[in-house]
Amino acid sequence: MPCIEARGLRKAFGTTIALDGVDLSVEDGRILGIIGPNGAGKTTALNAMLGLTPYQGELRVLGRDPWTERDRLMRDVCFIADVAVLPRWIRVSQALDYVAGVHPRFDRAKAEGFLAKTSIQRASKVRQLSKGMVTQLHLALVMAIDARLLVLDEPTLGLDILYRKQFYDSLLNDYFDRNRTIIVTTHQVEEIQHVFTDLIFINRGRIVFSCSMEEIESRYMEVMVHPDRVTAARALKPMYERQVFGRPVLLFDRTDRQQLAPLGEVRTPSVADLFVAVMGNQAGPAQGAV
Amino acid sequence: MNTTNTPSNAVPKSGRDTQAIAAAATSSTRPLYWSVRRELWENRYVYVAPLAVAVLFLFGHLIGMIHLPAQMRQLSGVDSEKYREAILQPYDIAAAFMMGAYILVTLFYCSEALHGERRDRSILLWKSLPVSDLTTVMAKASIPFVVLPLLTFAITLVLQFLMLLMSSAVLLASGTSVASVWTHLPVFQMSLLLLYHIMTAHALWPAPVYCWLLLVSGWARRAAFLWAALPVLAIAGVEKIAFHTQHFVTLIGRRLIGDTQLVAYTSPDIFPTDPMTHITPAPFLLSPSLWIGLVVAVAFLAAAVRLRRHQGPV
Repeated sequence: MPCIEARGLRKAFGTTIALDGVDLSVEDGRILGIIGPNGAGKTTALNAMLGLTPYQGELRVLGRDPWTERDRLMRDVCFIADVAVLPRWIRVSQALDYVAGVHPRFDRAKAEGFLAKTSIQRASKVRQLSKGMVTQLHLALVMAIDARLLVLDEPTLGLDILYRKQFYDSLLNDYFDRNRTIIVTTHQVEEIQHVFTDLIFINRGRIVFSCSMEEIESRYMEVMVHPDRVTAARALKPMYERQVFGRPVLLFDRTDRQQLAPLGEVRTPSVADLFVAVMGNQAGPAQGAV
Repeated sequence: MNTTNTPSNAVPKSGRDTQAIAAAATSSTRPLYWSVRRELWENRYVYVAPLAVAVLFLFGHLIGMIHLPAQMRQLSGVDSEKYREAILQPYDIAAAFMMGAYILVTLFYCSEALHGERRDRSILLWKSLPVSDLTTVMAKASIPFVVLPLLTFAITLVLQFLMLLMSSAVLLASGTSVASVWTHLPVFQMSLLLLYHIMTAHALWPAPVYCWLLLVSGWARRAAFLWAALPVLAIAGVEKIAFHTQHFVTLIGRRLIGDTQLVAYTSPDIFPTDPMTHITPAPFLLSPSLWIGLVVAVAFLAAAVRLRRHQGPV
């Protein structure tokens, strides 16, 4: 049974369609990155999976209907929706008490262990902590829960680079194992693209690209083309072309590496470049990407 | 309210059935218990405000006691009934002040209860934990219906007891007899009457008002109290203009302040010689208006539970 199974997931706010028939299947033990422009429907999709919003279509998370079984589902699912959701009045010790009190799978000693590595005082209120420390606290709470699915919606928004790096390092080193599934949405793709096992691009409520990272490495190639080979390169039907320092950079999908090598320097595109290429094609006639 | 040790999850090992039952019981009551705790962490005024009122009242009583010995000498001539009334009066006033604090705190709490978590976005944290909307709303409703009545009762008892001790000390110091004061204060009956009064007149009877506020606090994007009060005003206004009557306002007013005839006393101007004889629970507990009110209150709560499922941060 997949961790998440969605068929024809739809959600409209009035006349605005936030999700327009999303089909998705996420297996256990994957780290899925969901990338999309603002307002693409990422958060709506996550909210549907977390039982925060009603939807049309079929959706099963860990075999449950999130909308009708949210409280039961939350024993196996954790999410950090936003860095700023810890209430400002709560003390660190109270937050630990509360989660320990309501969550059967919370390991308090583990959370205390994570907090011991930070400068967070047990008696402090959240309002006294810096934004980075609040994230550390929230992460310590969440990582001490033995959950099967962790959902992170822009978890590092507004944090400086040191905290962002720490955040993903602890997530990978201390939390992730093959039994857990993690879903992340973010705008800071470069920092965590090495973490993903799978990638989804979402635009205007639809999944416009879905691929495993291994597949991306074998399928997509980016060539910084020698100026005199541009015509030859364009003849191979690149899916996208851009200029870097005045030199054309062409992105190819499923093209023979042997053919590309003579044209210039060949490398695997970054997720950000791939995203721009896919979204650029979205604007014009749809081609190439799924 | 700050404890670092949590009750353990331990269950008796006498058999799988007991274990399963105990586990089921803990899994349903523990979230409720901790949700009530979190209400008290967040809204410390729930207990601070009544305590502050009690302390202030005690302070006032302390100053007022300068006149006490003279007052007692004046009273020595009057008949037993008047004497008793005069002795009881400050204790009744103390209780009345505590009831006032209870009503104010409750109105304020209920019009904030389901709004604060949406305003500070913490609803996203609470909803990420295995606590149902029903449990959350029940925990919030337990503040006006369980925590505050019991707290008000306890504080009032302690307050009255301290007043009695202080009066006795002053009277003893001035050489007046204390015995007559103590014999005229039916302490046990007074406390029973007090508890009955709080639970009926201030918790059960106005329940629809409190639950309406809870519901609106879960719906309004801001100024929940205003949104809760506006419809009342509007309906009353329409009624007044259209029918020249004011049944609706009277109805709401009675709910809020209490219907004295139903609640306790047979006649408000004769002070009871024995308070217990004048508690007549039957007519109150059997009155349809109480039960209609409670049904409406439960309906409001059910709507608040359903509403919270749909709500996110404002």
